[in-house]
Amino acid sequence: MNILAMDTSTQTMGVAVLNDNIPLGELSTTIKKNHSVRLMPAIDHVMREVNMAPAELDKIVSAKGPGSYTGVRIGLMTAKSMAWSLSIPITGVSSLEGLALQGRFYHSYICPFFDARRGLVYTGLYRWHHDTLELVMAERNILMHDWLDELAALGHDILFLSPDMSLHKEYIQRRLAHKAVIPADSSPAINPVHLAWAGQKKEADNTHTLTPNYLRLAEAEAKWLQKQRDDLNG
Amino acid sequence: MNDKKDTYILGIETSCDETAAAIVKNGDEIVSNVVASQIDSHKRFGGVVPEIASRHHVEQMTIVLEEAFEQADMTWDDVDAVAVTEGPGLVGALLVGVNSAKALAFARQKPLIGVHHLAGHIYANRFQTEFEFPLLALIVSGGHTELIVMHAHGNYELIGETRDDAAGEAYDKIARVLELPYPGGPQIDKLAAEGEASMTFPRAWLESDSYDFSFSGLKSSVINTIHNATQRGESISKQSIAASFQSSVVDVLTTKTWKAAQSYQVRQVIVAGGVAANAGLRRALENQFQDSGIPLAIPPLELCTDNAAMIAAAGFVNNNQGKRSGWDLNANPSLPLK
Ligand SMILES: [Zn+2]
Repeated sequence: MNILAMDTSTQTMGVAVLNDNIPLGELSTTIKKNHSVRLMPAIDHVMREVNMAPAELDKIVSAKGPGSYTGVRIGLMTAKSMAWSLSIPITGVSSLEGLALQGRFYHSYICPFFDARRGLVYTGLYRWHHDTLELVMAERNILMHDWLDELAALGHDILFLSPDMSLHKEYIQRRLAHKAVIPADSSPAINPVHLAWAGQKKEADNTHTLTPNYLRLAEAEAKWLQKQRDDLNG
Repeated sequence: MNDKKDTYILGIETSCDETAAAIVKNGDEIVSNVVASQIDSHKRFGGVVPEIASRHHVEQMTIVLEEAFEQADMTWDDVDAVAVTEGPGLVGALLVGVNSAKALAFARQKPLIGVHHLAGHIYANRFQTEFEFPLLALIVSGGHTELIVMHAHGNYELIGETRDDAAGEAYDKIARVLELPYPGGPQIDKLAAEGEASMTFPRAWLESDSYDFSFSGLKSSVINTIHNATQRGESISKQSIAASFQSSVVDVLTTKTWKAAQSYQVRQVIVAGGVAANAGLRRALENQFQDSGIPLAIPPLELCTDNAAMIAAAGFVNNNQGKRSGWDLNANPSLPLK
């Protein structure tokens, strides 16, 4: 089974081609350049390098957010369009789950997060259980302050993984002290090979209804809903 | 069913709040044309919210594409190239269509063609009339008011444009002040038909040799009139405001188009863009050009608003001229028409 996996949900862009579980080719960059310009050339490049034609693909896996709204859309729209036009299955994998897979040998809780500005983070809590990564606390958009309260209450070691670690590291360490495990060397990114592995284990999504998991309403919609509520309460 | 001499282009359009896909034969025959409008979703905000438009495009795109193939009773083997609006428009909205088109073209190994949205509006006319050059195009929409001379297919000379608001933008703002439901343009057109143009609002002719437009003075004048009347507690007829405003806009558009048609000695005048659906404008232009010997083309209403058939039609011309795009094609919200 030939799988193409892609992710553009953060500043990192990742593309991987696998045959079953074996990564044949992989390209990952973390630079300040436009995903829209670079994703399709990257896919073209990796597929040429591994000598595979689009028609030989059997499955598409894509990160589906949360992350940058525009970034998530670019990756998922590309993935959906390829899957639909080739009539092959597609699986969307949470970008946070993709990131959590960087901690796949860790024995306790894994907390992947992306900075979401103004003290907020996109996050969730995962734990490795037998051979699968399980979501133990639902993904959410939450103030890091409140999230750390909830994590502290668990009383367990937690591995934190984030490309935005530098923004939150001190605070996490202050709140959780030695319970917080932060890899010294890295600000880890989503690995597209991990995404492919995760996607392979999951059932295919409905190509048409697979949409980004933004974890947040568009600002205009949130305001509109708030106004409806206010009006209702007089 | 597919005679190999025929060329079938799949068009994709997502520059604003319509998700659209279409298949067009030989640049002038619509095989299928599917438009999913988001208007109901944006209504509650009183205008198009870019982030929400982008979200809807992702939700709708493959559904709309599938419908376009089903209506055409075609498969990918029948399609020769994929054309997509690359700009201008809302960047986030454009990105959805551009990335979808790139993925489709790559997956099915078809040529990719980036299309200018306004070229699309112009080519919406080709479904009913073959072009005769030199040709004058008046483009009027929420984002554009432009006069363009074409000397050949795919060749565009901009001779006039708005210096401030687009005509459609002025319509939307006046409609908001008059508290008309969104979208306001068609509402004003309707009210104008019921009223008398009894008030005189300014007409910005600018320099005598200029084909440029300006609607901000007119807009302010109308808004002031409404505010002053409200302050004095006078009731004011929405019908006559609409009729007077519209008569000013239509007067300027028609007169400048007429002058340009004369001085460039064009053999055809075409009208394009959402405001081309405006009944007042259509009537005035028809009257003006009636006995002039210059044929006037205005697309049917459903082709005035954004659709993908027009993008495929313009893409057909690019394709014939070898104008293809690479996999690095990007959305360009301020793409110039060249
Ligand atoms: Zn348009």
